[in-house]
Amino acid sequence: MSELVDILISASFWAAVLRIAAPLIFATMGELICERAGVLNLGIEGIMVFGAFAGWVTVYAGGGLWAGVAVAMLAGMGFGAVHALLTVPFGLSQHVVGLGITMLATASAYYAYRLALPEVTNPPRIEPFQPLHIPGLSDLPWLGEALFSQTALSWAGFACVALTALVLYRTPLGLALRAAGENPQAVEAQGLSVAALRMGAVIVGSGLMAVGGAFLTMSAFSSFFFEMVNGRGWICIALVVFGAWKPGKALLGALLFAGFDALQVRLQQTGLGQIVPYQVFLMIPYLLSILALILMSRRAQVPAALMTPFNRGER
Amino acid sequence: MGPKDPARDETVLRLSGITKRFGALVANDEISFALAKGEVVALLGENGAGKTTLMNILFGHYTADEGTVEVFGAPLPPGQPGAALAAGVGMVHQHFTLADNMTVLENIQLGTEPLWRLGLGRSAARRRVARLAQDFGLAVDPDARVGTLSVGERQRVEILKALYREARILILDEPTAVLTPQEAEALFETLRKMVAQGLSVIFISHKLHEVMAISSRVLVLRHGRLVGEVATRDTDRHALATLMVGAEIAAPEPTQARPGAVLMTLDRVETPPRGNRPGLRGVDLALRAGQILGLAGVSGNGQGALADLISGLEGPIAGRLRVGEAEVTRWSPRAALAAGVGRIPEDRHKTGTIADFTLTENAVLESYARPPTANHGWMNWRAAREAAQEIIAKYDVRCPGPETRIRLLSGGNMQKLILGRVLEAAPRIILANQPVRGLDIGAVTYVQEQLIAARNAGAAVLLISEDLDEILTLSDVIRVISDGRLSPEFARGEKTAAELGQWMAGQGFDHAA
Repeated sequence: MSELVDILISASFWAAVLRIAAPLIFATMGELICERAGVLNLGIEGIMVFGAFAGWVTVYAGGGLWAGVAVAMLAGMGFGAVHALLTVPFGLSQHVVGLGITMLATASAYYAYRLALPEVTNPPRIEPFQPLHIPGLSDLPWLGEALFSQTALSWAGFACVALTALVLYRTPLGLALRAAGENPQAVEAQGLSVAALRMGAVIVGSGLMAVGGAFLTMSAFSSFFFEMVNGRGWICIALVVFGAWKPGKALLGALLFAGFDALQVRLQQTGLGQIVPYQVFLMIPYLLSILALILMSRRAQVPAALMTPFNRGER
Repeated sequence: MGPKDPARDETVLRLSGITKRFGALVANDEISFALAKGEVVALLGENGAGKTTLMNILFGHYTADEGTVEVFGAPLPPGQPGAALAAGVGMVHQHFTLADNMTVLENIQLGTEPLWRLGLGRSAARRRVARLAQDFGLAVDPDARVGTLSVGERQRVEILKALYREARILILDEPTAVLTPQEAEALFETLRKMVAQGLSVIFISHKLHEVMAISSRVLVLRHGRLVGEVATRDTDRHALATLMVGAEIAAPEPTQARPGAVLMTLDRVETPPRGNRPGLRGVDLALRAGQILGLAGVSGNGQGALADLISGLEGPIAGRLRVGEAEVTRWSPRAALAAGVGRIPEDRHKTGTIADFTLTENAVLESYARPPTANHGWMNWRAAREAAQEIIAKYDVRCPGPETRIRLLSGGNMQKLILGRVLEAAPRIILANQPVRGLDIGAVTYVQEQLIAARNAGAAVLLISEDLDEILTLSDVIRVISDGRLSPEFARGEKTAAELGQWMAGQGFDHAA
């Protein structure tokens, strides 16, 4: 028990929570925007993989870090555009298209990686984002290390939540976007284009997912390797549900999941880790997430028109 | 009633030669008419006559194949609701276009501001909505979620949406279908206020008395063609009905009922509420052989709960249900069928039929497991087909054949097949939930005559309808449902429509209980 307390009061634990949460936050906001407009984007996992690769390879080829983020975002938007085209004007099954995009984007990333680096066995490293020193705050004892030792990209992730909430709830655009996910007929009857709103949401949302992927290679691990996204995209889909399609609650969910994840890594190194196989610890965040999902999402309001294609002129 | 003499010179809207085809069907055929400032024009026609299609073209949901629309002298670009709104055309759709999960104010503001702007300007919008609501008698809480509102309130939101966008021409598509007579009167009051302020209204309906009450001019559509245009004061209901149908149709006249034994009894029955719809609250009901019991009420007041109970989909949580003298313990759809309950469900598309099954398959949905349709667990498709053919011939189901998928049939023919399926099983109790909704007059008359014939043959009929005229015409006894409670039994002719309307609005129950 005292070991658990030791973990919880260590500043490095809290820093790790924020670091693990940041990529999830980007991708979760991306998915949330898509779903609020009425489109389920199961391309998220693959788009994150491609974002991770695109950001990394840009920097590896000599580009700047922010250029890497921008390239990842544009690549994500490209996949988003394909997804949007197939699901919105063509009205194809969002499940099939999403899974297809995930397979396409994942395979494209691995293929491009092999083309670029046919010979390597050890993934080459890049110089990643460094923790941002905030005068005053970062120098605080304990708090400075726990909360104010994040990279600029991490901070951007948290800003992204505020921005998403602001747009969704405080602008006419957000109102129209939410309405497109609730009742597209209402949007159409008020003279707005459902297709434009939904396609825009999917494209922008996919861009954010790719930035979430890029965070992994550019702020967390500093190199690209296969299987590195490792289901984070699927976790983000669950986080959107956990957050009841609200940005603030989804942020809370991401932090909670990151907390469980940071905890299990540290628990492995305690006395308990000597007896219990480490795979059990790996399961903890997922088990607890499922539990939290059950508790939190029972009364959630699903966007009423989620996964319902809208065709003009059909009734 | 618009102004006595509408200023004909001030034309606000002109449709010229509008034609719209869906495949081989000509939904609108060369329709032209004009609308003057400050008048209410009624667009009258049966279901499928092309009224809604025409208005959807005007509002830009559809693009016409031929013809033009002019609003205030300027041509309206086709296929753009945004352009119609900007030109001052507002539409209150029959199926409301509101997002349930958002507030009234959010629904009203949607699409009214430039998208790329920070801030929503809620307080200014709230003030404007409050003023419009007061000017036109459209009280509604701007911060309520639309999902929590009654149907009448939702309609007010739809009208406010149009007024908020400064509509000068308002199209109302079947606006009274979901209202009590009192709510409909309040709506007419609002329309009169709007006309007095110089707005013009197109009122779509197939209810003659409403058309007579509110319009100054009537346009009659039949099979996509404009077949008549008359000033309301120069016509009457009978003339309009003849024009609308194209032939004289006599409404069914039930003969004197000879009620017999009680076939089904509900004794203080309660069922759980569903969402924001009430369940049954202490309902007593007796269905007698040879009698039609009409249940009047505004949609969503427990009719669904009662229908589900009688058809076996749900059992009571309190109280007792008896079939004949026997108390029912295990109640299920199968038990209901075995007890001789015939079910004509409310939604013929969703629960009455399986759209992609053939007529044959749909005809045996309730008898598929019994001989002759099935023997020892094997389907006898020949017998099923014969049963379907018999229904098709006897009930005049117009279709290419028994192997047609039922989704290709019109609503009326689909309903005739359901009617045949129910009546051929010779039920003792018939649940007819909205049996003629959405049917044209010919099919309405047919279905109603069949129900009367079943009554004369000794069946107990429970007729659930939101159409008070239908209840008044067919019922031997009438009860009103409101918020899950039933009114006392009224004999035929005992109460007027207005008196029943008060019961529908929930008045009188407390004294009666």
